[in-house]
Amino acid sequence: MTERRGTWVGSSVGRREDPRLLTGQGRFVDDIHLPQMLHAQFVRSTIAAGTVVSIDLSATLAVPGVVAAYTAADLDMGDITAILDRPASEFVQTDMPVLARDRVRYVGEPLAIVLAEDPYAVEDGLEAARVTYDADAPVVSDEVAMAPGAPLVHEAATGNVLVDVSMFATEGIDRIIDEAPCVVRVRAKTGRQNALPLETRGVVASWDARDEQLLVQTCTQVPHQVRTVMAGCLGLAERSVRVLVPDMGGGFGLKCVVGREEIAVGAACLKAGRPVKWIEDRRDALTASFLAREQRYDVRAAFDGDGRLLALDADIVCDMGAYSCYPFTAGIEPLMASAELPGVYKVPAYRVRGRAVTTNKAPTAPYRGVSRPQIVMVMERLFERAARELDMDPVEIRRRNLITEFPYTGINDVTYDPGSYLESLDLCERVLKDEGWYERRGAARSSGRFIGIGYSCFSERTGYGSAAFAKRKMAVVPGFDMAEIRMDLSGGVTVTTGTMSHGQSHETTLAQIVADRLGLDIAEVKIHQGDTDRITYGFGTFASRSATIGGSAVARAATALGERLLALGAHLLETTYDNVELDARRVRRRDDGRALSFEELADVAYLKAHLLPKDAEPGLTASATFDVHGDGTFSNAAHGAVVELHPGTGQIEILRYVCVEDCGVAINPQVVEGQARGGIAQGIAGALFEEITYDEQGEPSCASFIDYKVPTAGEIPDISVHHLETPCAFTESGAKGAGEGGTIGAPAAVLNAVNDALRPTGVELDDTPIRPETVQRALATIGVFA
Amino acid sequence: MKPAPFTYHRARDVAGAIDLVAELGPDAKYIAGGQSLVAMMNFRLARPSHLVDLGGLWSELAHVRRDGDSVRIGALTTHHEVETAGLGLLSEAMEWIGHLPIRTRGTAGGSLAHGDATAEWCLLALLLDAEIIVQGPEGRRTIPAAELFLGFFTTTLEPEEIILEIVFPRSGRRAALTEFAERRGDFATVVAAVDLETSAVVLGGVAPAPVRVPEAEAVLASGGSFADCAEAAAAAIDPPGDANGSAEYRRVLTRTLVARACEEAQS
Ligand SMILES: Cc1cc2nc3c(=O)[nH]c(=O)nc-3n(C[C@H](O)[C@H](O)[C@H](O)COP(=O)(O)OP(=O)(O)OC[C@H]3O[C@@H](n4cnc5c(N)ncnc54)[C@H](O)[C@@H]3O)c2cc1C
Repeated sequence: MTERRGTWVGSSVGRREDPRLLTGQGRFVDDIHLPQMLHAQFVRSTIAAGTVVSIDLSATLAVPGVVAAYTAADLDMGDITAILDRPASEFVQTDMPVLARDRVRYVGEPLAIVLAEDPYAVEDGLEAARVTYDADAPVVSDEVAMAPGAPLVHEAATGNVLVDVSMFATEGIDRIIDEAPCVVRVRAKTGRQNALPLETRGVVASWDARDEQLLVQTCTQVPHQVRTVMAGCLGLAERSVRVLVPDMGGGFGLKCVVGREEIAVGAACLKAGRPVKWIEDRRDALTASFLAREQRYDVRAAFDGDGRLLALDADIVCDMGAYSCYPFTAGIEPLMASAELPGVYKVPAYRVRGRAVTTNKAPTAPYRGVSRPQIVMVMERLFERAARELDMDPVEIRRRNLITEFPYTGINDVTYDPGSYLESLDLCERVLKDEGWYERRGAARSSGRFIGIGYSCFSERTGYGSAAFAKRKMAVVPGFDMAEIRMDLSGGVTVTTGTMSHGQSHETTLAQIVADRLGLDIAEVKIHQGDTDRITYGFGTFASRSATIGGSAVARAATALGERLLALGAHLLETTYDNVELDARRVRRRDDGRALSFEELADVAYLKAHLLPKDAEPGLTASATFDVHGDGTFSNAAHGAVVELHPGTGQIEILRYVCVEDCGVAINPQVVEGQARGGIAQGIAGALFEEITYDEQGEPSCASFIDYKVPTAGEIPDISVHHLETPCAFTESGAKGAGEGGTIGAPAAVLNAVNDALRPTGVELDDTPIRPETVQRALATIGVFA
Repeated sequence: MKPAPFTYHRARDVAGAIDLVAELGPDAKYIAGGQSLVAMMNFRLARPSHLVDLGGLWSELAHVRRDGDSVRIGALTTHHEVETAGLGLLSEAMEWIGHLPIRTRGTAGGSLAHGDATAEWCLLALLLDAEIIVQGPEGRRTIPAAELFLGFFTTTLEPEEIILEIVFPRSGRRAALTEFAERRGDFATVVAAVDLETSAVVLGGVAPAPVRVPEAEAVLASGGSFADCAEAAAAAIDPPGDANGSAEYRRVLTRTLVARACEEAQS
């Protein structure tokens, strides 16, 4: 294997995206203006469940500026269908119509698309639409959904269950639990959240008569998957659709699924014969896009007297809302949770049942970390609780159970590659000890203040290849990725990748990998992404796959190009392949040092092809693919949080936050830290702030940031990030994924810290988000007020 | 989230603005900083057909004038201008309003006219017995703060009346305002203000409008402890419960914040 760390890999070079983004020169979907362009918005269901009796758009069409309004009946569109290859007992398919036809299943479900000359008139048009319904009683929670005799969200889904899997039932597990000296139980519910990219969803669709293509400029993490669904729903060939992605202001998973609005905008553009733009407003983004994270856990863990885990028995229910998302399906959360619950710990016996239930709420999509924030929270709560029962130190009990020998194949049939589970936890604890937080906690307790320390320890599977997703039984198996590279006459390279940066700065990090392979400056490496015409195929960016899979494909393509350069150089320098090497943008003879620059080689490859070796092709291009054949690679981290609870208000103040992370070779440590910090902020958001609730009518509670309490810089503490490095053995750069870990570890650490602070009260809190009022009530139980 | 159609007018002087609104009728509204009105228009919760922009009256209506311990603040003075004017309590209290970009646009007059039950300006006006100078088609009048707020986002202002100036007879040298919200910059769940000189106790977030709490004031006036004052305030109110907190929680916050405001006012 080539040297992993080079001039560029491992260095915190400035993000190449920043100059344009920070000076307002980025180009986002909303910056695209086309001649004759119409503005679209959607007439949306105002009820959560029922039958549409009529949609009257005559008044809409009479609004000045409104040009057209279409319902499902006006646009011939196939449904969006996401499938798991599982038996009917395990998976029920729920086709999502692009526009609802007769049934509506959540408040905000799109019924009609209105097109107008400007974004104001289109909203006047929405207001004028008259929809009548025959309303049904909505199913507004998993409990209602699973109650006997509950109304059905989908006829085909008996009991409103879309996914029901039971896995890994170790023989004799009941007996192990019955006989164990210590059994602890955690019942937890996590709030429904929105991934909340700063940039809401948006599309500009236009027909290009010259290319005979529908050009779809959209902010998506998965350009090729949008193309497939667009082509499928509209009855077009894939080559007749070009998906082009401009700069993106975040995605966090919400944009790694195909939205029904994206397809409707494409169809409306074709029907109207004019370009159409849709920019989702914040209210629709909050309530009618894709949500995530609403899950319920009931988990028991059995321990021996020394705090060693004996068995884990889990029942997991995920409220997936009204439909399966493409391509992941409603299985995304329960399958992830069920497979990965054991995490970084040695679990001798395991049984899990994972279910997805359907409700009359906006559908769900993956959100950064997918179920792992919850499973880590549950596991870490179990350890804390067991430590209390057994009167052990909470860090020590974890140490006794952490996986320390690698590779390790767990009870969940997953093989973990080497990581630094123990080392990261030790370092995290040492940092907090060295900073004196244990003394401060002690002093606080004796003076009636409430300071708590909490940890989380976890690994995160990254680089899911085809094999790993095939195990999930997805009909669309997103695993490999592709890269193509070409050198131009200036001696620089243009590289295409099937991954799709939506803020992670792949233009910098992938260029760092390529630059090292070829001895180029990163300024000479142009990364292209997000164009289905230019890129053969790709699965985009999610599940922390880009550095591992995309980065490896790019590295291999660069290596292949390097080999072509060496072969050409050897020929022109009249020597053997073994006698040449790449050196400072040249191919150099090892013996006498004679060399040809990349420009000179490119000059021959393109402009003097008659000088090429007989069997050599003109040009300087190469391509490569990369897939992961095993179970992927596991990044890991330990987080430590210190909180203080203020009795008079219940305010939860985070005094200190420490993250010790190991993502193998950090291609760009600064980018890794950015990912960790942003992720931790989102994890804190889930632990303490954000939740979308629904009333009995199925009306969502949040229409703006007044009610959806996304934390601001004021609530997020300084976070210090420490790095450990256990290189991945099979990715080209030694990198593991770093995109999600922050979000995964934060809820557990914060929750444990809050519970530690609450210790004198005897109250334990397992549901999130924890609101100040809840803390205040807990403190009031021991008569503490101010 | 785009407003319904409206016609924009820009006023040249106060009299012209009043004439315009009187002429355009009940569907016309003044706009100052737009930090409350535009948000409501974008949600189409407010849909005025005509907006009369007071921005052009800046030279007439944006000022901070001190006269001994009293302060006159022009209605178009922004929160940020007051924040940086060195006015003690008034300046310090501005830091609780939203975020800096909001404070550089939102105005004192707009805040009072909007009449949010937790708005810092509304509490300060009540606490310090401010007088609101307004002008309408019938001329000028002075509204004591105690008579301005009627209930949920409603005031005794007539639709054509413009707030010109807010007169604070004293600056609140032994007064303080404090509050609690889950996030920095949010409207408070509960906000409390106390003036030890006059034994005034004012609360926001516990009733449809900002309120004085005579029961708590009596404790202060009779030399009772801060804790008793806080207790009396919490006992006197009948707060609403909503997603930001139950009635019981608001009572706890009231107790905490009144006590805290008393301490801060004293120091
Ligand atoms: C995110 C956010 C957070 C905020 N947080 C807070 C907070 O914590 N505390 C707080 O107090 N406020 C907060 N605000 C509101 C802000 O303070 C507004 O500036 C203020 O409420 C209204 O002032 P304005 O000048 O913007 O008025 P506008 O929005 O222009 O007008 C508001 C109302 O007042 C009327 N009006 C305006 N000027 C006059 C006048 N001179 N005479 C008669 N009527 C007039 C208008 O017709 C309208 O009905 C927040 C706003 C935002 C967007």
